[in-house]
Amino acid sequence: MTSADTSPASPVTAPDAATRLSDILWRRPRLLIALLIGPPLAWLGIVYLGALFALLAQSFFSIDEFSGQIRYELTLSTYAELFRAYNLDIILRTVAMAASVTVAAAIVAFPIAYYAARYATGRWKAIFYLGIMLPLWSSYLVKVYAWKLILAKEGILGWLFETLHLTWLLEAYLAIPGIGGNSLSVSWTGTFLVFLYVWLPFMILPVQAALERVPPSMLEASGDLGARPGQTLRHVLIPLALPGIIAGSIFTFSLTLGDYIVPQIVGTSARMIGQAVYQYQGTAGNIPLAAAFAVVPILIMAVYLWIAKRKGAFDAL
Amino acid sequence: MTAAVEFRRVERHYGEVRAVDGVDLSIAQGEFFAMLGPSGSGKTTCLRLIAGFERPTGGEVAIMGAPMGDVPPYRRPVNTVFQDYALFPHLNVRDNVAYGLMIAGQGRAPRRRAADEALEMVALPGYGARKPSELSGGQRQRVALARALVMQPKVLLLDEPLGALDLKLREAMQEELKALQRRLGITFVFVTHDQGEALSMADRVAVFNDGRIVQAGTPEDIYYRPEAPFVADFVGSSNLLPPEVTRRLGLGDGPAALRPEAVRLVSEGGHAARVTGLAFLGTATRLSLDLDGHRMTALIPRGADMPAEGSDVRIGWAPDDLHLMKVSA
Repeated sequence: MTSADTSPASPVTAPDAATRLSDILWRRPRLLIALLIGPPLAWLGIVYLGALFALLAQSFFSIDEFSGQIRYELTLSTYAELFRAYNLDIILRTVAMAASVTVAAAIVAFPIAYYAARYATGRWKAIFYLGIMLPLWSSYLVKVYAWKLILAKEGILGWLFETLHLTWLLEAYLAIPGIGGNSLSVSWTGTFLVFLYVWLPFMILPVQAALERVPPSMLEASGDLGARPGQTLRHVLIPLALPGIIAGSIFTFSLTLGDYIVPQIVGTSARMIGQAVYQYQGTAGNIPLAAAFAVVPILIMAVYLWIAKRKGAFDAL
Repeated sequence: MTAAVEFRRVERHYGEVRAVDGVDLSIAQGEFFAMLGPSGSGKTTCLRLIAGFERPTGGEVAIMGAPMGDVPPYRRPVNTVFQDYALFPHLNVRDNVAYGLMIAGQGRAPRRRAADEALEMVALPGYGARKPSELSGGQRQRVALARALVMQPKVLLLDEPLGALDLKLREAMQEELKALQRRLGITFVFVTHDQGEALSMADRVAVFNDGRIVQAGTPEDIYYRPEAPFVADFVGSSNLLPPEVTRRLGLGDGPAALRPEAVRLVSEGGHAARVTGLAFLGTATRLSLDLDGHRMTALIPRGADMPAEGSDVRIGWAPDDLHLMKVSA
């Protein structure tokens, strides 16, 4: 070993271009994060929030009742209009619908999600995901029209009731004021059923994810301490699944609040918020009132989440 | 006196897998009983059969003389300390401990008092308002213990309760558990794969393998008088001499167990062996030996003259220390 003239080879190999780029990012991890989230953040900030603020601004203008022109002066008169009986009706009707759809979706989704989280394995789990996701692959319009056929007077449900000699039961139900009507497809119940169907996957998936994180030993511990299965459900399972239920309810509630297609195709002639927005900004040309209507679901959701947080719904997160 | 827990030919099969395969067992009241075995040996399944989380596919489990065939977990007079503690994350420590009392319909004030007393018993006074996530592993373990004990069970089941703790804490908890059991007089049934833990804590130990009990007896029985090679091998690092070796050395006819600490270096007599390795352990040195082609270990206490690696030595032992087994399983 007398080779003083040959310097020892560096143990680090010479980098090529791609490696050099990786090196730069490795030395500046913040740069990588900025590159990754910068574009979507710009999209959210400018396009989404910008549109939201434009909407908010519009709602503080008003419309001149004679000329039909928008008056660009800040006023609360458009909001005052929301409190007129026929507009307030629209809001209350929509909130009632969204609340019933959400509660029903939670009740229907829970057992399905529980089965999937606790019992389904391997192939059955795949079938579960496919079964939940498959309806989302087809157009939502197609599904709503399919439901119109199911619910129509001469439709599939009507036929089923007739075959079972239960037509009287269906008619008795349809005679109930408020939720009934000429046939299911033109009733409040019809709208409710279609909403329940189209938004159900959005409730099942987050509830299932929440239940998946509950270790089986937690339920065994509850039983071990003397709780019957019903008590375990109430005191352990539902509190632990609550963040999932709330997440799901955000979907079902806000999607119902804003939808204008389902109530137009299936249901009564009484309008919901989505339809009101659609009509005021279109045929009626009353952009300020449409904007004020559009702000309502945002406010309702904000209040809802605030209450959920205060009640500790996210404590188990 | 009726047995606290009794197994009569109990089986738990999952299709072809025989998790528990014909176990007979009787645990006396007030006994500290350990179920010891490697993972998959059926010991945890046996514990779950007592708690009622599993139902036997054959045979019968009885608690305090009453058959438990159709009794669900929530009506059994036993409580469990789970391996992962299974504390409810949405409840604070006090409500966790009082959970069973709340379910039993006790009022807020008495159950609060009982929970605080239980927390004091496990040396966690004043921790009631904290959330489980704010506690260390050892503290959670104590909360789980308090939550089970507050129910005053006839039998307390512990599923590897010390497994997740570090060594020092584990040793302290072993002593505490033992003292607690003596004080309360409750039957403890304890599942572990750690032979040291089983031997140091239990009044009686059952060694499990392949869904069966290989041997049940006092720690001394298990340690000094193993009835099967599996027990000798699993309980500590005993030297197991196969039948060929015992026959060749003229010691007997079956397999034999010899504790490493019973092996001594002798100047004459005994048996010739070669030192193949040395490991310094502090109070003793562990020698790896080649005895007539058979590997074995010896623990030589500090202070003795240590032979060098590769040297030839002679080893011996007191005749009583060599335990001959009948079965050759």
